Amino acid sequence: MNSFVTTAGVALKPVELFVTTAGVALIGLMLLVLVRAVKGPTVIDRLVAINVIGTKSIVLLLFAGILFEQLEMFVDIALGYGLLNFIVSIAASRYYQHRRCLEPAHTAKGGQPS
Amino acid sequence: MEILAYILISTGLIFFLGTTIGLLRFPDFYSRMHAASKGDTLSTVLILLGCICLVSTQGGMNWLLGLKILLIINFIFIGSPTATHAMMDAGNKAGAEPWKKDSE
Repeated sequence: MNSFVTTAGVALKPVELFVTTAGVALIGLMLLVLVRAVKGPTVIDRLVAINVIGTKSIVLLLFAGILFEQLEMFVDIALGYGLLNFIVSIAASRYYQHRRCLEPAHTAKGGQPS
Repeated sequence: MEILAYILISTGLIFFLGTTIGLLRFPDFYSRMHAASKGDTLSTVLILLGCICLVSTQGGMNWLLGLKILLIINFIFIGSPTATHAMMDAGNKAGAEPWKKDSE
């Protein structure tokens, strides 16, 4: 079987090389989503970006399981992470629905949320 | 089988690139949520199907792993639009303004 040797001297099979490349590309795109989560004008924008990042980290956990050849452990962690991400999104959106204001500076000025 | 996995994972990454560009460039909260919801769900499902194809080439107890990844796919396919709908409802009730053409 032909293998790809990195500069650090690690021999990678073609599947491992592809999964590593896809994981690095996924991390780069997740950092771009994090830009929207940091500078988003409203609270709901940050919530959407955090939801996207959480969904993609499930995929990243599965990639790590394939690379470490311990997928039967990582797939359970990914399942629990998906459930937790769903509950976080629902709970945070319910909280901001009852709070009824989008700008974080609005309550810092002392105005009461109606 | 590995070729199919490569094709599926690459297609999922391309869809996630579209999601990222839409999330960064769209002018409105509602349109950003539109890009994030659809592209995110579709790309995750495609990449996880590619992971099933990768797992099925290796030996051992791989049918159980494939079943668990199918469970994750099923859960994401139900849960992600539900979470998006809840967030959109929160934004609507909190009074987010839709983007008009003349309001820049």
